[in-house]
Amino acid sequence: MAEDVAFKHIEKTSLIGKRIKKPDAPAKAIGKTRYINDMVLPQMLYGKILHAGRPHAEIISIDTSEAEKLAGVHLVITAKDTPDLKLGFVKDNAPLKSKVLCERDEVAAVAAESEAIAAAAIKLIKVSYKDLPGVFSAKDGLKKDAPQIQENFPGNKSLKFKFKHGDLAEAEAGSDIILDHVFNVHYVTHCCMGTSCAIADFDHNGKLTIYSQTQYPYNYKMDLAPALGIDPGDIRVIQPTTGGSFGAKLDVYPYEPVAAILAQKTGRPVKVLFDREEEFINSPTRQPAAIHLRTGCTSDGILTFRSADVLMDNGAYTSWGPTVPVIMMRTVSGHYRVPVIDFKAQAVYSNNAYAGSFRGYGNVQMTYATAQHMDMFAEELSEKHGMDPIEFHLKNAQKSGEVTPQKSYLRECVLAECLTTAAAASDYVNKHKTYTEACTEEGRYKRGIGLASSIHNAGGAKIHKSDGCGTILKMDDYARVTVITGASEIGQGIDAVISQIVSEELGVPPEHVTLVNNDSDIGPWDVGVHASRTTFIAGNGAKRAAIKAKKQILAAASKQANVTAEELDLRGGYVVQDKDGAAVIRLDRMLRQMHFQPTPDVVMVSDYYEPNSELEGKDHISDHSAAYSHAVHIAEVVVDTYTGEVKVEKVTMAQDVGRVINRMGLEAQMEGGLAFGLGFALSEEMIFEEGRLLNPSFRDYKVPTAPEMPEIEMHFIESDCEEGPYGAKGIAELPTIVIAPAIANAVYNATGIRFLNPPMSPEKVARAIWEKKQADS
Amino acid sequence: MKKHAITLTVNGEERDLIVPSNRTLLDALRDDLGYTDTKYGCGTGECGACTILVDGMTTINGCLTLAATMNGKSITTAAGLARNGHLHPVQEAFIENDAIQCGFCTPGMVLKTISLLDENPRPTEAEIRHGLEGNICRCTGYTKIVEAVQDASRRITGSNVSAIGE
Repeated sequence: MAEDVAFKHIEKTSLIGKRIKKPDAPAKAIGKTRYINDMVLPQMLYGKILHAGRPHAEIISIDTSEAEKLAGVHLVITAKDTPDLKLGFVKDNAPLKSKVLCERDEVAAVAAESEAIAAAAIKLIKVSYKDLPGVFSAKDGLKKDAPQIQENFPGNKSLKFKFKHGDLAEAEAGSDIILDHVFNVHYVTHCCMGTSCAIADFDHNGKLTIYSQTQYPYNYKMDLAPALGIDPGDIRVIQPTTGGSFGAKLDVYPYEPVAAILAQKTGRPVKVLFDREEEFINSPTRQPAAIHLRTGCTSDGILTFRSADVLMDNGAYTSWGPTVPVIMMRTVSGHYRVPVIDFKAQAVYSNNAYAGSFRGYGNVQMTYATAQHMDMFAEELSEKHGMDPIEFHLKNAQKSGEVTPQKSYLRECVLAECLTTAAAASDYVNKHKTYTEACTEEGRYKRGIGLASSIHNAGGAKIHKSDGCGTILKMDDYARVTVITGASEIGQGIDAVISQIVSEELGVPPEHVTLVNNDSDIGPWDVGVHASRTTFIAGNGAKRAAIKAKKQILAAASKQANVTAEELDLRGGYVVQDKDGAAVIRLDRMLRQMHFQPTPDVVMVSDYYEPNSELEGKDHISDHSAAYSHAVHIAEVVVDTYTGEVKVEKVTMAQDVGRVINRMGLEAQMEGGLAFGLGFALSEEMIFEEGRLLNPSFRDYKVPTAPEMPEIEMHFIESDCEEGPYGAKGIAELPTIVIAPAIANAVYNATGIRFLNPPMSPEKVARAIWEKKQADS
Repeated sequence: MKKHAITLTVNGEERDLIVPSNRTLLDALRDDLGYTDTKYGCGTGECGACTILVDGMTTINGCLTLAATMNGKSITTAAGLARNGHLHPVQEAFIENDAIQCGFCTPGMVLKTISLLDENPRPTEAEIRHGLEGNICRCTGYTKIVEAVQDASRRITGSNVSAIGE
């Protein structure tokens, strides 16, 4: 026995559920992190795009001669210089346009020696336009005489979706209460702190290296290649650190192929970087929607049906925005037990901005509607039948093992526990009653409490044929671990989670685990950071790879220690006896012994984890996620009835997290997600007039700042998901989804007014209060 | 355009440069001197990503300041806070409390916090939130940032180190 293992015993401990620091935090705190925005390559040129600044127009002529003459300008390109190949979900978009269909449209682009020269050159490009009458709402787009926006889409009809289950007429006839409202969910945008950026660089073989903020590096190649006329295999995607994403970079947007085309034609690296105004105007939005929701209920408080007819303004092009009904319908059919469903959605082209994916993906919009209907039923049943509001929710809450009409299988369902936990912790029932009674009394400040809940996929969402993630794990002679994963890090903290999981399995400190995940030539495939999937999918992948490595090491150690591998474990940097923790050999020594022998045994393992879920089919009947999760938020607000200001004082959250992995990262995701939903509910709104954005700045587009954030009380309900890593579920979107209707229900409790059209901005709230006073008197 | 020869002391190093009248301090720091830890977030003084410390305690927005007006000034960025290989207590508190996600707002937040704690070493939660309202973070929802500032306050007042770390 080597000296360093004599009498050494290492207890079995677990890191799961502990607070793990983000590995990249120190470099970020001292300003050492190199973001894509900071990068400069030798010989690099600066690309700048001329945007149309008008919503609908023919381009009569473009004169680039003055711009080309400017010293320091290398190239000016227009649509005629770019391949006529298309971008976007239905290939209706192009890098540069020959006709203007929306304000942001990219008309020409410049590559120059400096940002200042590029900006000056853009101003020298003379474009002659013939403005055309535009379409500025989905409703107008459907009119018979509406101008046609996209050539290949007659009647301006873009994507449509349908799902039906059960007999609607019968369910309506069997309903004692039917609610019928139209909710208009507005335009908001991501506002990533690091503005959009791409750097393109071709090598001598015509292979493109693109430095990108993308959240989906592998399918990104497939989407970018057609816009350049090159093979996806000739694209290498490098993901330098990015200043936030939140869904904004889940598609290829025109500035990326523009950077690549400028680089291809100049033979120099080209960087395109937006300023903040460009970012507001030229980034995707959250998909706006008019949701006509009808819900039925019996006088016993049992839901009978839900029908939703959703009209979406597609904007001029189709990115991920108008695909959100895929998730909206899961909410319609899965938010509580609803036996009969009738869902339809239609997207209509217009000359407005277009939407992409955005944290919460359709569920933010739909839960704003469904959770208010649940509150309306609870109010009416309480008033007319004396039913306890929580009892109403519990009556309709699904239990483990139930299957929704779309065949989402709720294996571990703890909605009831979320409801009772949040209600008890916030004293919901008593406060709700007190504030209801005080609602009609005189007084400037009104208090309210509101409850909302929702369901979301928590084990990926199989919208591609694979929802998997690859992992390659190697250990060196010093017991340091390198994990090469397909999963991207965009600030959310998968770096901490993977190092924690690998550390848990291999008994090495988390700081001895290095993550490599920013180069598509190195990393194995992953579908991307979206759908709250990364901890679940990449976490499972990392765990499985680590277990393979552990088995390999223990098999080798068992020969040496003359025991079975099952009797050994890895703890604290040692191979130990599982039963008493007695050290057998230091792990790095073991690895060296395995390596340096006549038949070397080196630890290099790989895994491709494919979740146990079914592909989202055309009929939308499939168990498309390997897990589903619920959350309940209870918001407590004070409404200033003079100014209309809504102050959220406290939010109590109860969420099914499956099992806590990194407690600190989990809290951080919950808090950050909540901020997005709070901004959406109260202050954020993109204001358009005839297709032009009127408020492209942080002064006029109000994102939450520190004083607006409430006190947050979190309850993590651990349902112990069988398929999840250590039982965990994906969690990052529910906090954004549930808070807005909780606030709306609290504002109703305080004022007696329903806000169907967010945001509940001071002017809107003050006006509604004034109008109600007029009507009451 | 008229050019100006100026000297800036950045993180203790004297730097000479020539800037046109319209060059912002942010651009001078990032593009002329390579201090990319000072971030561009909006260019209009609304987000605080370009917050820097001037003469050790006052914070300004680099994007709203003309470099030519800063001749002779001493400037501290997040990269210049470590002393003798030790991070500034505010940086340590941000790391320990998970106040950093994408990290783009972090240098500005850290510098704003230092100035805040210099003026008011034991701020209340409301004072912290008010003090940081000019700095936008899109990731954290601010809870962990506020906790980091409270932790930093304890670290600083519990030792003899002043907020500015001298």
